[in-house]
Amino acid sequence: MTKKIKLSELGSLLGGLDIEALEGVKIEGDVELDLGHMLNPQMAYALGHEAAQIAHHLINISRILGYPVDQMFSGTAAKPIRPSRLIESKFSVGRMEEWKTPIQEVTLGATSSDGGSRSSTVTLGGEHALPYYFDNPMPHRNYITMDVFDMPINMAKAVKSNYEDVINSPSEWAKKVVRDFGADMVTVHLISTDPNIKDTSPAEAAKTVEEVLQAVDVPIVIGGSGNPEKDPVVLEKAAEVAEGERCLLASASLNLDYARIAEAAKKYNHVVLSWTQLEINAQKELNRKLMKQCGVARENILMDPTTAALGYGLDYAYTNMERIRLAGLTGDAELNFPMSSGTTNAWGAREAWMVASPLKEDSDWGPREYRGPIWEIITGLTLSLAGNDLFMMMHPTAVQVLKEITQTLYGSKEAEPTNIDNWITAVI
Amino acid sequence: MKLNSPLQVYKYLPQINCAECGDATCMAFAAHLIDRSKKLEDCPPLLKDEFKKKYLELESLLAPEVREIIVGRGEHAKKIGGDDVLYRHQLTFFNPTTFAYDVWDTMAEQELVDRINNIANFRKFYVGKFLKVDMVAVRCVSGDALKFASAVKKVSETTELPLVLCSFDPAVLRAALEVVKDKNPLIYAATEKNWGEVAELALNYKVPVVLSSSDLDKLRSLALTFQEMGIKELILDPGTYPQGKQLKETFERCIKLRRAGIKEGQKDIALPIMALPLSAWLVYNDAVTASYWETVLASVFIVRYADIMILHGLEPYAMLPQVHLRDTIYTDPRTPVKVAPGVNEIGSPTKDSPVIITTNFALTYYTVESDLSSNKINCYIAAVDTDGIGVEAAVAGGQLTAAKIKDTFQKAGFDFKEKTDHSTLILPGLAARLQGDVEDVTGLRVMIGPPDSGRIPGWMEKNWPPKPK
Ligand code: SF4
Repeated sequence: MTKKIKLSELGSLLGGLDIEALEGVKIEGDVELDLGHMLNPQMAYALGHEAAQIAHHLINISRILGYPVDQMFSGTAAKPIRPSRLIESKFSVGRMEEWKTPIQEVTLGATSSDGGSRSSTVTLGGEHALPYYFDNPMPHRNYITMDVFDMPINMAKAVKSNYEDVINSPSEWAKKVVRDFGADMVTVHLISTDPNIKDTSPAEAAKTVEEVLQAVDVPIVIGGSGNPEKDPVVLEKAAEVAEGERCLLASASLNLDYARIAEAAKKYNHVVLSWTQLEINAQKELNRKLMKQCGVARENILMDPTTAALGYGLDYAYTNMERIRLAGLTGDAELNFPMSSGTTNAWGAREAWMVASPLKEDSDWGPREYRGPIWEIITGLTLSLAGNDLFMMMHPTAVQVLKEITQTLYGSKEAEPTNIDNWITAVI
Repeated sequence: MKLNSPLQVYKYLPQINCAECGDATCMAFAAHLIDRSKKLEDCPPLLKDEFKKKYLELESLLAPEVREIIVGRGEHAKKIGGDDVLYRHQLTFFNPTTFAYDVWDTMAEQELVDRINNIANFRKFYVGKFLKVDMVAVRCVSGDALKFASAVKKVSETTELPLVLCSFDPAVLRAALEVVKDKNPLIYAATEKNWGEVAELALNYKVPVVLSSSDLDKLRSLALTFQEMGIKELILDPGTYPQGKQLKETFERCIKLRRAGIKEGQKDIALPIMALPLSAWLVYNDAVTASYWETVLASVFIVRYADIMILHGLEPYAMLPQVHLRDTIYTDPRTPVKVAPGVNEIGSPTKDSPVIITTNFALTYYTVESDLSSNKINCYIAAVDTDGIGVEAAVAGGQLTAAKIKDTFQKAGFDFKEKTDHSTLILPGLAARLQGDVEDVTGLRVMIGPPDSGRIPGWMEKNWPPKPK
């Protein structure tokens, strides 16, 4: 019961009909149309969008031919398609084929079988993808090393309250962070060696390092005072007394005698922290010099591309790290090393420690005891997403929360499944 | 966008260099279209009929990879989505993640009004602007359409901020839409179960709608179906789980969606993404723990691809890092890190005004400047050229030295004898170790200021003017 019509007849035909009622319309050539058996609107509705699509097509053709369809339809043409079922579909997405080069694996600490005295070691790096991406699981979780200083220093109140009992003893301080706060490692900062502070001698400072190595059995980081003249001598001496322990020597940088630090690391079996300031090309240059000029093996290099606090340059620190990591993954052999962050720098942000905003225009900042730790957490978390592996931190709560989230994203945290379907009606 | 060089764009422009767009040449204008600092509508000749075809072509070629959706009307309306890249250094991210904080229809009226005001009035000064939050999400807890509609009415009378209407019950959404249909609210959400009716609402009221499913196949089905129905203003909610493996999978879903949209050009799901950090409150009761974890979730999804999120906690210690991290990720990395080195006046300094040293790192400089001007301190600030590195790092790295400081005043032609009667400069507390050097090199008296410029007012009370020697 097929009836052929000409376009010229279409107007009168369509004029009286709902567009949905066009099931069975076929287009023959450009002008001749085929109408099937006369139309059952319900059935047409059931066949939903197919029919309507044909109708649209039809209308377009009419329009192109100059037929005044728009006037005739007055509103009906705009009537939308009403499918009766969801369109079936599969979602799929590819992997990042261009991430071909893994990040170097670097192990800190050495057990007795490897010539050290640590009870465990920490291995960083080895990634084949951005952190926590499904393309390729991270082989190692993130680790946290907590700060210990060789003399009392100024600290934000919220931090200080945790360390008042150990502030005069680096070894007790070290014990506390491992025993009570879950530190994976300890960083001993030899800040008293700065000629402008106490000018502690390298030999004296090395004793502190020995004490800390005695006090805890986790791997350690040895940090200088930041004085470019003194640090190489201090780190050299510290490296000597810690021979074989695979400590991280912090830091070699372009503005000091990095070769001397590199030499000490090679001689006494340690790892060098290659520190630059938010500048990817400087990082390449220093890594290259450490490898080519000083002969440091790849497995003995870690990078610190500098951590700026949330609100104080974290955007640069984040993007610098992300670029470094992406360059490493896509084949830059001068940048594919694991990274370390001085996350403690977050405490430099006034939001972390100041009693209240100095600006009258601001909303109330709330209690600072809660602002500080979260500043440290978010600074660290942001950089973990950019590819940072090791975090140097200070506040126990910050350490705990950062561990929780990084290990969740890493995939090692189990939790009871949560039903989120009723979040809208939840009483919270 | 499909075009990436000004030359490609230039081909579509009128090429008459009439300068009506504010650029001297069409080529310069083309460059602004590429970096999205100007819009097609800024070129009047292009809007004429003769260029209609080119205009339409350009419009689709320049459209962002991720669809841009508008919620709300008027000055508070928010653009959501619109990104073109996976990493901010490749261009910049557009349209900072919209933050919607929740209220619910079982709140007592006064409580509701106070909470809305807290949301709407939150502000944090930062580098010359205020960081603020954007929307109010109204949750239907009662299940009662009338009650919900009256709460929504109250909210819309109390604030100009755009709204998200949250219910899985189409009848409830409809009741609220009747009340605020002119305000272009976002409706949450269409699911596998209710999609047909919610789609009707989106069509009838012409409002943007969130599609929700933690199964990406289903989410794509919803997206395809709605688009087939002619609904384009869509946002995807891939489900935000607060903990464990479910959270890891949430993270993966966001990455998959965005990679499919931007890298693989899968147009039909290249849509803005919604996250619900609020789900932290489903597993933690204690306000501090829940606020912390909510902020952690928010941070993860600010970095990895949420374009809008619904939050609950209004604790300042949670909101401050939230707004700062959003600013961190969405700040345009193409803008310079540095301010021009030199000596600048704050207020109207006289001969007994202090001279304060800082670096030319933009953040440091603007922080110091806002602290001084907000506290109405007349003074000079010297921005020393440290290659855009902050004080502490520049002292450590040797970019802030006595010689550099001297050089800054020399280049600026700043003569202490002529401009001041105290021949004194103030070093930042974090540069205290340079004191001796600076005294030797400049021959000036050097005072050590506080380690944070926010404390300059208090410091001034105690230490300024300097006691005569
Ligand atoms: S307004 Fe348009 S035509 Fe005129 S110079 Fe600018 S881009 Fe060219």
